[in-house]
Amino acid sequence: MFRYTLGRLLSGVITVWFIATATFLAMHAVPGDPLMNEKATTAEIRENLARKYGLDRPLPEQYVIYLSNMIQGDFGISFTQQNRRVNDIIKDHFPVSAALGILAITFAALGGILWGAITALYRNQLPDIIIMFLVILGISVPSFVFAALGQLLLVNLNQWFGTSILPVAGWGTFSHMLMPSLVLGLGTMALLTRLMRSSMLEVVNEDFIKTAKAKGLSPQRIFFKHQLRNAILPVVTVLGPQIAAITTGGFVVELVFAIPGLGRYFVQAVQQLDYTVIMGTTVFYGAFLVLMVILVDIIYGFIDPRVRLK
Amino acid sequence: MNFLKSLAIALCLFSGAIEAQSVDATRQVVKIALAQEPPQLNSMKATDQVSIFVLGHVMEGLTRYDRRGNLAPGVAERWTLSATSAKFWLRKDAKWSNGDPVTAHDFVFAWRNAVDPKTASEYAFILYPVKNAEAINQGNLPITDLGIRALDDHTLEVTLERPTGYFMKLTAFVTTFPVQERFYRSVEASYAADASQMLYNGAFKITDWVHSASLKMQKNETYWNRQTIRLNGIDADYITADTRARLNLFIDDEIAYTQLDGETYKDALKNQFRIRPFATGSVYFLEYNYRPERITSNLKLRQAIQAAFDPDEFVNKVLQTPGNLPGASLFPSWIKGVNKTFREEYPAKVLRPDLAHAKRLLAEAKAELGVEQIPPLVLLVSDSPTATKQAEYTQGMLKTKLNLDIKIDVQTFKQRLAKMTEGDFDIVGAGWGPDFDDIMTFGDLFASWNLNNRGRYNNPEYDRLVRIAMNSSDPTTRMEAMAGIQTLVYDDAIILPMYEQGVIYIQHPKIKGLRRTVIGSDPDFTHARIVP
Repeated sequence: MFRYTLGRLLSGVITVWFIATATFLAMHAVPGDPLMNEKATTAEIRENLARKYGLDRPLPEQYVIYLSNMIQGDFGISFTQQNRRVNDIIKDHFPVSAALGILAITFAALGGILWGAITALYRNQLPDIIIMFLVILGISVPSFVFAALGQLLLVNLNQWFGTSILPVAGWGTFSHMLMPSLVLGLGTMALLTRLMRSSMLEVVNEDFIKTAKAKGLSPQRIFFKHQLRNAILPVVTVLGPQIAAITTGGFVVELVFAIPGLGRYFVQAVQQLDYTVIMGTTVFYGAFLVLMVILVDIIYGFIDPRVRLK
Repeated sequence: MNFLKSLAIALCLFSGAIEAQSVDATRQVVKIALAQEPPQLNSMKATDQVSIFVLGHVMEGLTRYDRRGNLAPGVAERWTLSATSAKFWLRKDAKWSNGDPVTAHDFVFAWRNAVDPKTASEYAFILYPVKNAEAINQGNLPITDLGIRALDDHTLEVTLERPTGYFMKLTAFVTTFPVQERFYRSVEASYAADASQMLYNGAFKITDWVHSASLKMQKNETYWNRQTIRLNGIDADYITADTRARLNLFIDDEIAYTQLDGETYKDALKNQFRIRPFATGSVYFLEYNYRPERITSNLKLRQAIQAAFDPDEFVNKVLQTPGNLPGASLFPSWIKGVNKTFREEYPAKVLRPDLAHAKRLLAEAKAELGVEQIPPLVLLVSDSPTATKQAEYTQGMLKTKLNLDIKIDVQTFKQRLAKMTEGDFDIVGAGWGPDFDDIMTFGDLFASWNLNNRGRYNNPEYDRLVRIAMNSSDPTTRMEAMAGIQTLVYDDAIILPMYEQGVIYIQHPKIKGLRRTVIGSDPDFTHARIVP
């Protein structure tokens, strides 16, 4: 187990290095000057800025400087907010995205497992058809539509009640988190429902279920003890990457609900060619994603010993 | 139903939600949303609208704008002006939020810093009328050579490079706001990064700033003119660029003011909010590429496009939201002339579409260029939905009217700028907003030395007229020169004016005295109050 974990971690480090290098190259290949703004400035001013951010050096040298700073955990100063360090931006805004993401994934996992199990139980009957229809919607409708609809729903709800039941946007209390995290988790919930359904249907036909039935176990016991437990494994597998996807993919939801998450910085940095923020957030998110995948692999090893043996 | 309602209300109390109310007459607090996190609250470097909005409320320059929008004494109690110099006497009761007096040295420090090439301020050019500013900014002189001197703690002397009629108007601009050197040095690189990392000398001060989440301003008790300030707080509790989200917040009575766009406008109408128009003072136009190898350097071709374009149709069919004016001139209609507005005194030639004339001009252009058909022209635009919609209109219009082929090149903000600067376009969708309250903020845009003249228009006559206006402080001489430029813009078809931008906004009916302004901090809540 120790060697297995160590091996996974090592490959993780290489992956992060690769992400950093690929992002660095892609970023510099994008046309446009990060130091250029609407108001033209003198050559002298541009040179000074270039010197401040080290852009006056040749690219390979920038790369080496960048990597060595990154290893020391320093992502530099933002281009757009010239008095803020990228480290501070990540430190201030990632916890927000994470809190939102955790709640979203909780909604998604609970909902996905529940709906998936129900559809499998009522296979090809009305509940199955209705839920699967909603699942298709959930997978195909982009999150910005859900976000706008969710907010509109709140506005109408508040108007109907004549008082603020749930805040329409903003951040600070638990009630601020409910709608955005639900919206954020919907896509994942749909995905997990489908996964859970097919996995449940597969398990139903297994020999041990037949044996359990033949032994005269109650349907509840068969469902919870044997079917659900075995069917849940593939769901756990995708949960890791999904957690990362949710915590990083909240850009639109953060914008609509005015949430100070890292997703906004992540996307805006690319639009504004904010080199240091692009690198900082990408590498950070990349490392986070890799870590989640490794974590799931390790947990999987505990749940299912066969994985370890392979 | 009543049960349901009370249950929900109980739930909401339980969950800790606060009852929404965007204005509070007893506490005199107004809640608003910001379109973005202010990226730069260092007054010497700020350039964007949100930062300037905040700075205009929490800091003050030598002068300020009063409730009617007129220039009034700020930190400076009085001043004397000569053609090339100015002397300011600062009031003794002007204080920083830490209790220190605002002194002449704070201005000297800020102005020197703003033009210091090491600071790399994009707005350094605002101070170019001050002696040696431009040379310092180009790295040719030390910052100590700047024409500003503290005679004592409360007397400031400014020497100008040349007579500048609009110099006083610059003294209310953010770049010229004072900064206390001692405080600045104590935080240096993180100056203005947080609420506690800056000093305030304006009507308000930032008390709480959670990045990208909220920014709260409170009445500044050390402000010299605090008796006239009615609002106790401006709470920007929400930061989002999404106009629909802001409209939803407004409907929910959580914010008291928001600007609308074409989409949200219709919803606001449905909700029967009172729609208020506001002219932003910006002009939008098509700018041509004048590099000799470009086909758009041909005058007849530009004139043909000018004769085909119908600004009225453009404003009514494409822009649709109220408040926009058809483009006619480089100078927007609000710009002041000698006594009345410039455009009243010197009316611009109205752009009237004349298709037969346009076709004739196009034929002449083809003959001059020696081509059968004009090759496709590249129209560079930014990737905003409005910009692409406008570009598509232009494309369709030129195809049907003149059989001209247009290739639309949609680029993100930075890429578009890079392409503009490199000259990689034939026509570019551009706009210009005023930096200061004088005609020159538009007038010198196409001077050969202006770095913002990215199409490289170069005409000695244009340059001559700009120099006349620059070196004179006589209003009539200056406006005559600018009228010459206005005629030149039409005759030489330097740009194709499309529209003067108007926006629409809604505000809570209990807010009084909210001032919208073309120049400086907008919207201005400084003299606003909430009526019961």
